[in-house]
Amino acid sequence: MTPLLDVRNLRKTYGGRIGCTDVSFCLYPGEVLGIVGESGSGKSTLLNCLAGHQAPDTGEVIFDTRVNGPQDTVTMSEPERRMLGRTDWAFVHQNPRDGLRMRISAGGNVGERLMAVGARHYGEIREAAGDWLDRVEIDMGRIDDRPAAFSGGMQQRLQIARNLVTGPRLVFMDEPTGGLDVSVQARLLDLLRGLVRRLGLSAIIVTHDLAVVRLLADRLMVMKGGQVVETGLTDQVLDDPQHAYTQLLVSSVLQV
Amino acid sequence: MIEVENLSKSFTLHNQGSAVIPVLEGADFTVRRGECVALTGESGAGKSTVMRILYGNYLAQGGRVTIGGVDLTRAEPRQILALRRETLGYVSQFLRVVPRVPTLEVVAEPLRALGVEDDAAFARARDLLARLRIPERLWSLSPTTFSGGEQQRVNIARGFAHGYPALLLDEPTASLDVTNRETVLQLIEEAKAGGAAIVGIFHDVEARSRVADREVDVSRFTPVAA
Repeated sequence: MTPLLDVRNLRKTYGGRIGCTDVSFCLYPGEVLGIVGESGSGKSTLLNCLAGHQAPDTGEVIFDTRVNGPQDTVTMSEPERRMLGRTDWAFVHQNPRDGLRMRISAGGNVGERLMAVGARHYGEIREAAGDWLDRVEIDMGRIDDRPAAFSGGMQQRLQIARNLVTGPRLVFMDEPTGGLDVSVQARLLDLLRGLVRRLGLSAIIVTHDLAVVRLLADRLMVMKGGQVVETGLTDQVLDDPQHAYTQLLVSSVLQV
Repeated sequence: MIEVENLSKSFTLHNQGSAVIPVLEGADFTVRRGECVALTGESGAGKSTVMRILYGNYLAQGGRVTIGGVDLTRAEPRQILALRRETLGYVSQFLRVVPRVPTLEVVAEPLRALGVEDDAAFARARDLLARLRIPERLWSLSPTTFSGGEQQRVNIARGFAHGYPALLLDEPTASLDVTNRETVLQLIEEAKAGGAAIVGIFHDVEARSRVADREVDVSRFTPVAA
């Protein structure tokens, strides 16, 4: 099977400091990969390099495109990379304000991404937007409201709808449940899990919440100081951690 | 179906003075199709550790575990995931689910993950929940708020939803009343008749002698202190 994403020796530095280095892994269709590590461990840098938001210093990020097969997204042209960002990729930010347009309606937020890939029929766009609002459990009656009038949890669900409406194959998520109330988190996790399974999406989720990765991720990558210190099946890494840092991370979680 | 060869396992606690705790050494046994092997040994002998290695949940330090032709000690995560989806089932002592997901969906999930149509998957789930006497009014609720025994039965229903060719059972009859215990033992017997290779831990001696064809004493694999 061809990996959907094949990352080789990725390295990104900020001046003399290391963002992330020596990162290599493959992600296969339908797999959900979790990336955990403390703040400053390089997880967000890595995610941004993978999603084309930052240019790595060295290394390759080979994505299996629908039309042309495996292509290195680091060396492809900016318009090509942007097109991937609108079609095959989705990026869910921790702060929904970074992923939504706060001044246009909820329906407009979802419809805009469809229009960016060529949809023009107003009725169809509104119907698709309504369908997606329903899937993320936002009442149809709120379709014309601006996201600014939504709660944090609703904004996050709207961001997910906006991202998934174009049928991406790979979703990047940066702390998707960060900053939300735990009851809202549970609802979002359930929703995300259902969507990922039903749509057969691949996803890369950056988080520092081990409970989130246990529920959502098939595989786990543990980062420290910009390097990957341990990888494996999620439950194996959490239940039988091998690296000193992972053992510390797992044993530091407070039991409820 | 399940082959364990010269398996060894130790834990290294890096944050506690790098203490090394050897747990298993030279573990060897096989389980054929239609056979149930009970792991025995006192508490701390390593029964659960063996089970967890068989499921790919713990890493082995040496040796081999082959289930359905896949060597779990060397397999890629995605091979283990595929094995767990299709071939290898595990009924643990604890139910771990996403909050909010209804019981019926929890039980049907292994079948849906295999691509079984919703109708057939839910029909099987309803059948199992009814057999295990989970009241129908609870099926649409999340099992997170159920009693210990109910959660255990939901866990068992999920473990038996798909007819896995290899099945690991960790105390499947613990905390169950007599009637439900009988149902679980029948499910195990049906799985055996269907050709499943089963490894189980049963503290319930009667249950063990009824379903197990052989016993493997795990304390035989306890490393001798140097």
